[in-house]
Amino acid sequence: MKKGRIKVMLGNEACAEAAILAGCRFYGGYPITPATEILETLSRRLPLVDGLCMQFEDEIAALVAVVGASWGGTKAMTATSGPGFCLMQEGIGLAVAVEAPCVIVNVQRGGPCSGQSTSTAQGDLYQARYGSNGDYSLICLAPSDAQEMFDHTIKAFNLAERFRIPVIILSDEVVGHIREKVFIPETKDIKLVERKAPTCDPKDFIVFKPDENEIPLMPNFNTGYRTPVISQAKSLNGNRGNAKEADDNIRRIVRKIEDYMDEFADVQVYGDPKAETAFVTFGSVCRAARSAVDMGKEKGIALRSVEVKTVWPFPDKLVRNALAGAKRIVVAEMNLGMIQREVERVVRQPEIKIELFSKIGGIYPQPQEFLRFLEEKR
Amino acid sequence: MNPIGEKYLRKAFLPFIFCPGCGDGMIVQALARAVDELGVRDDLALTAGIGCSAWIAVYTHADVLKVLHGRAIPAAIGLKATKPSRKIVTITGDGDCLAIGGNHLLHACRRNIDMTVVMVNNQIYAMTGGQVAPSTPFTGKTQTTPYGNVEKKLDGCRVAIACGATFVSRWSTAHPKQLIKTLKKAISHKGFSYVEIISQCPVQTGRYLLGSGSPQFNLQWIKDHCVKQEDPAKWPEVEAQGNIPIGDFLQTEQPEFMEEVVKMNQRVKEAQAKGGDR
Repeated sequence: MKKGRIKVMLGNEACAEAAILAGCRFYGGYPITPATEILETLSRRLPLVDGLCMQFEDEIAALVAVVGASWGGTKAMTATSGPGFCLMQEGIGLAVAVEAPCVIVNVQRGGPCSGQSTSTAQGDLYQARYGSNGDYSLICLAPSDAQEMFDHTIKAFNLAERFRIPVIILSDEVVGHIREKVFIPETKDIKLVERKAPTCDPKDFIVFKPDENEIPLMPNFNTGYRTPVISQAKSLNGNRGNAKEADDNIRRIVRKIEDYMDEFADVQVYGDPKAETAFVTFGSVCRAARSAVDMGKEKGIALRSVEVKTVWPFPDKLVRNALAGAKRIVVAEMNLGMIQREVERVVRQPEIKIELFSKIGGIYPQPQEFLRFLEEKR
Repeated sequence: MNPIGEKYLRKAFLPFIFCPGCGDGMIVQALARAVDELGVRDDLALTAGIGCSAWIAVYTHADVLKVLHGRAIPAAIGLKATKPSRKIVTITGDGDCLAIGGNHLLHACRRNIDMTVVMVNNQIYAMTGGQVAPSTPFTGKTQTTPYGNVEKKLDGCRVAIACGATFVSRWSTAHPKQLIKTLKKAISHKGFSYVEIISQCPVQTGRYLLGSGSPQFNLQWIKDHCVKQEDPAKWPEVEAQGNIPIGDFLQTEQPEFMEEVVKMNQRVKEAQAKGGDR
């Protein structure tokens, strides 16, 4: 048993706590329900560790400042919900283009537009992946409880630093506002990843030349490298690229993540891994699905729940393996069918219909509803 | 090459993308000279947004973060916040700073964060081909105001003063000596500095607003129309003649954002060490 301490906290507080332990020292934010507790917690906590928590004039400024702080040499984060996440889309593209490690938390609420500020939803799944313009890739994690808000935040900072990308934590109101036990390991047991900085003579340094893992070295500003970092598609030396250079640049920033998915993709199976009926879930819905699996077991119904933890890039292989042998697949999510499409794309067995158990309007699914769905739709 | 150019130009990126007769090259030089005379090169970090003027930063051999349209100021705040010893200069244009980035300017002024915004005002959206800007004069004809501009222009210096900037100046590319002197003062000033530079764009402003695409004509227009008047109360008299007031308008001492942050962090940590209430 690892040493540490157990604390009862909100999911959002667990996220803030983990950010500090991951080394985050700059937070740019803007108040929005149901993500505000992250901003409030870090307003209290960051000054104690010589960090800075700034409330900006809008979410656009918050994320762009995070990108600036990242190039300044500091681990940085922001958090928001739907309407703020809309404003952040250009900043996500910026972080992708200038390869700035950072973490963006979206505690989802109902949409579209202002939607339902205090209610849960999972309607931003595609926005998290495709919301900014152009071709790109990023990593998106979906925590399902306060512990995972903690664990995924540490993981998000490490992946951001490792790949020099924005990592999105796609939480939702239930996970952000649940108050439950969180295990916080001792600091020395938390493994942290740091970006690699160049050590060569600045004259020999080529700013966007990738290393053997497709990732360029990152010189923090004012360390002597006098680096040009532009938001355009660029050549290796940082100038505007021609067609060939733009092509190479765009393909590399996608490849540097998607070719290394085996290192971070995570899909869990709860229940009987050989059960003929499988749920597919992500985020807070995993919790209700687990209870449904347990209730099914009591009634003698074998069930499995496939929990997608790294929702983007979608872990095709892991989901396909986790669903092997399933005759009936029910995707449960709080939207009108988003991860359902991914599962349809991955399974490709015409005899298996990918059913959708969908809850919207801010109503969290009850475990017994899963079982009722299985009976009624049969 | 001139020794200043040798030292401060990002030579691998030359030639400039600037059009013949553009004022941006003159501003590259003024900034390089100011930085060189101050001896702050190692602490210099530049940010810029989108537009012709943004490339002034890129051609300067320094750490440069060129971000989205209008967002150069937030990017600068992120850089400043993570290392207060940095000398931050943000290069922005009239559209970048007053239109899409206007909100960020207001709040950076009121925070009095120690950085310098260099706003290059050519009175038009030049890179996209000559559309109306918030700085375009009333009745001015552009590609998007073909029958004349029905909106009044926004004065960045008035905005900066009203919002709490602690150093506000306006000069032009026709006043290079004064400009370098003011840039030095602005970069050294502890607080938020706003320096506007009236600059010529023969290709767009010249052809559409002023009636000639000749670089000489455009620089002469600036010389003729920029009138030194450092008392804001007397600006309306200058403006009534169709002229633009220039000079060093304001320099005051106010609590600076990062200094206040450092003080607050110190105070909070001391209180916590004593076990007392924050």
